[in-house]
Amino acid sequence: MTDVISPPIAGGGIATPLTSTATEAGGAGEHGPTGLLKWLTTTDHKVIGISYMVTAVVLFYIAGLLALGIRVQLTTPAGTFVTFQQYNELFTMHGSIMMYLFAGPFAFGGLANYVVPLQIGAPDMAFPRLNALSYWLFAGGSITMLLGFFVSGGAANFGWVAYAPLSTSTFTPGAGGDLWIMALVLTGFSAIFTGVNLVATIFYLRAPGMTMFRMPIFTWNMLVTGILILIAFPVLTAALVMLFADRHFGTHIYQVLGCHTVTGAPAPNACGSPVLWQNLFWFFGHPEVYILALPYFGMATTIFPTFSKRPVFGYKGMVFATMAIAALSTGVWAHHMFTTGVVLLPFFSLLSLLIAVPTGIKFFNWIGTMWRGQLVFKTPMLFAIGFLFAFLMGGVTGVMLASPPIDFFTHDTYFVVAHFHQVLFGTAVFAGFGGLYFWYPKMFGRMLNDKLGKWHFWLTFVGFWVTYLPQYVLGLRGMPRRVAHYPADLGWQSWNIASTIGAFLIAAGFFVLLVNLWISWRDPVLAGNNPWDAQTLEWFTTSPPPHHNYTHLPPIRSERPTWDYDHPDALTLRHGHSQVPPPPGNGSGPSGDGADRGPGGGTGGGTGGRAFVR
Amino acid sequence: MDPSTSRRPGGGVLRNRRISRRWAALGAVAAGLLLAGCNLPTFGAYRGATTQGQDAFKLWQGFFIAGIVVFAVVFFLILWAILRYRKRSDAIPPQTQYHTLVEIVYTVVPILIVLTLFGFTFVTENEVDAVTSKQVTVNVTAFQWGWQFQYPKYHVRVLGIETQDPTMVMPVGETVRIYLRSADVVHGFYVPAFNFSRYALPGVTNQFNLHATTTGTFRGQCTQYCGLYHSLMFFQVKVVSPSAFTTWVHRQGNSVTPTGSITSAKHQIATSGTGSI
Amino acid sequence: MKIESTFLLGVGLFFGCVALIYWFLSYEDGGSMMLLGTCLLGLLPGSFYFYWHRRFHGYRFFFWGKLDRVVGDRPEDRDDATIADGAGIVNTFPGSSIWPFVLGTGAFMSLLALVFGVWLVLPGLGLILTALIGVTAESRRGGHV
Repeated sequence: MTDVISPPIAGGGIATPLTSTATEAGGAGEHGPTGLLKWLTTTDHKVIGISYMVTAVVLFYIAGLLALGIRVQLTTPAGTFVTFQQYNELFTMHGSIMMYLFAGPFAFGGLANYVVPLQIGAPDMAFPRLNALSYWLFAGGSITMLLGFFVSGGAANFGWVAYAPLSTSTFTPGAGGDLWIMALVLTGFSAIFTGVNLVATIFYLRAPGMTMFRMPIFTWNMLVTGILILIAFPVLTAALVMLFADRHFGTHIYQVLGCHTVTGAPAPNACGSPVLWQNLFWFFGHPEVYILALPYFGMATTIFPTFSKRPVFGYKGMVFATMAIAALSTGVWAHHMFTTGVVLLPFFSLLSLLIAVPTGIKFFNWIGTMWRGQLVFKTPMLFAIGFLFAFLMGGVTGVMLASPPIDFFTHDTYFVVAHFHQVLFGTAVFAGFGGLYFWYPKMFGRMLNDKLGKWHFWLTFVGFWVTYLPQYVLGLRGMPRRVAHYPADLGWQSWNIASTIGAFLIAAGFFVLLVNLWISWRDPVLAGNNPWDAQTLEWFTTSPPPHHNYTHLPPIRSERPTWDYDHPDALTLRHGHSQVPPPPGNGSGPSGDGADRGPGGGTGGGTGGRAFVR
Repeated sequence: MDPSTSRRPGGGVLRNRRISRRWAALGAVAAGLLLAGCNLPTFGAYRGATTQGQDAFKLWQGFFIAGIVVFAVVFFLILWAILRYRKRSDAIPPQTQYHTLVEIVYTVVPILIVLTLFGFTFVTENEVDAVTSKQVTVNVTAFQWGWQFQYPKYHVRVLGIETQDPTMVMPVGETVRIYLRSADVVHGFYVPAFNFSRYALPGVTNQFNLHATTTGTFRGQCTQYCGLYHSLMFFQVKVVSPSAFTTWVHRQGNSVTPTGSITSAKHQIATSGTGSI
Repeated sequence: MKIESTFLLGVGLFFGCVALIYWFLSYEDGGSMMLLGTCLLGLLPGSFYFYWHRRFHGYRFFFWGKLDRVVGDRPEDRDDATIADGAGIVNTFPGSSIWPFVLGTGAFMSLLALVFGVWLVLPGLGLILTALIGVTAESRRGGHV
């Protein structure tokens, strides 16, 4: 246990010892089983969160290696690095692992699991055993996905979107496809459980005074993500069960073979509909894109204020923008299906274009947060800024793709590949690894090396542009995605070689990360409670936090209690342009403020605040 | 969007005004370019060898310019924030959290931009998708892994697999109606030079018009991943003069069996080893 | 409770509207059904939270029927709540439990049975049943096994 010293004086500005208790049914976490059994039996959100993140990052490295395989194959027009069959497995597994097993689980299973209870002052997630079950299902799903490489016939090779009827057993028989389906059923349930857990935790386990509109943006984004998960993942799971039935039980839900003739005789009613799969898949798939983006927006929104020493600019606008993005994102699924010719173009086009508005609001709020700040460019901040540039480019090209006539000639070309990699790489890698650098000290009580972090950033950042800018050009010149060979006479090779060089730069950056992690493990630099002068509640407790997270809590009077506690003279100004901070009690919110965090008490707690919890 | 968003808390009024003027100048240049129309650069895309493709291309130019402007504004705002507000002292910066006017501006202006873009999209989309009249009909069937082009009126069939590049011949200056189908899985009919692609879906017949304006041979390829040899599923579109088209059609008509299933045709190709039949 | 319920009811309302618009524009079954489901996903829990919000404020059933006692907002819903207001038991958290792992392994094996052969179902379902019994017993007894 941590050594708790009682505060010298009770009253204003002093962290209040928790009198509420989190009782335990069962063996106490810290005195229970040890070693491997401790890990297998843990229900601590922190351990589960870290397990999630470690698993997800390992899978990220695996999928990254697959991507390098793809890039090596494409350096020559008729690449011989892998066969056609292997190439199709490579891009399918690269996409599947990155989308289903890294980007989502890293954010909402890993970091959110770890950070959200801390940010709202909760002792754990609402359903700790369900949380553990989520992790084990995810781990099982990951193993199932990777097992595909070891069965006869190879891994799934129908693309990460598994368009029916290509994904039915007529065209893709074999265990690889079945394993792919089962992997997604497992991780789908894991995601649903985590979503339920996040929403319940946020609704029921907030600390006193932590009202909904005082939750950090990261927590808000995770709440919205939780709802999106509950909207999207059940649809995917249902679609997958039907796909499995088509593959093995002879149903005709998606498959049409035998129903119509090549000459186009009208199909009898017994026919399945391949468009149904696309509708179901993208009804999951597009919210999924924002399930992958919103948590990372939240990470960036935590990093910018910290390294600018400013509050989040336009906090409420940020919350409503998040909600708007999520709401719109559920009504735009068919913009992935513009070229099917059977969807309502104007409806989906308008809603897709409108997503640019709340996203723009977020952009300007991020800039507004930095505006007039004192910016310090530590590694997390560099990654967050990298995210801004990457997502800006991806966002602008996304607006182009929302227009059906433009989508008609860019759909399924490298233009789209470049677009969504810029968006997803921008979020999941730049913001995500920024978040890793940012919260790593809290998780392990030790710092990651800043100099190596900057090497990691610059290699990745340069590599990112070198990789994806040529792909835009390739797409506009007409290179389709998912091709193992391409014509030699069209001048595509030099662009592809450039792209491959970029991919290896990124790989070099991620090698530096491994070195950095190794150094922090072998030769730790201790972090202390709050190495960044960060603002949200999790930085108030020790690094790493004790079992059940807090022994003391500061008064919660805004969305950044730790900052209020550490800087009693620099309170959030809701409006106004005054350089002089107003008298305390006037600054943030309602009455009762001054009583809790008076000017006198502030000086007592300001510098010595860290002394309470060692 | 440009002048207003640059007026953020912190910048002096004078500087803001100068910035606004600079943005206004840039806007004027952009508008001028827009009026210049076809003299604009292609921004990487094809100009379009069909009327439909040209419509899409113009929309692309408009979107690209709008994209450049928005990108530039946000890019320089980020850059400005990073360079100007680097840490200079240990003083705690102002803790202002809201600025209602600025927030309203950067909500409303993007909405206006988006609605404008949607208006242009809507018009172009109707032009590209219009299936009104037709002079020639082609039934296109995609299959693993090749294409079949059938001219029902002339009893002509062209079929080729993988890299054999079956050629779809069509007359210039006439409206060609394509009926697009798939024999097995989802494929994508994509001709880059036409700025157009459409899925070939099993069980669904997609139709669209192509009205070529220039003669020439254009490459086409399957875009939607369709299995093992997706990478090799090429075809050619040859746009010729109407008289040359008639000649071609009549010459083909005598030499090709117009009927028979794709399966048997694939088998025939496999056994005889010949190219397009 | 109020913001929580408004949030969820808002989800329901928004997707209700979108579902209607989409249905009348497209007459497409799949998407309309999914949007309707999303609408219910917001409405059902939203109504639940709203019900409790009204109960806390002295109404038996939404707007009708007065209760004797007004509980008022929870500490986490009040701007002026102090940490001490939250005194008491927050929740019961299991300290450690092997059953999630057993349940997860059981589910993993049962699903793999669909790929590799039915024989895997036997151990899979066995593990799931054991875990269900175990987790129930653990909760009832209040101690880990």
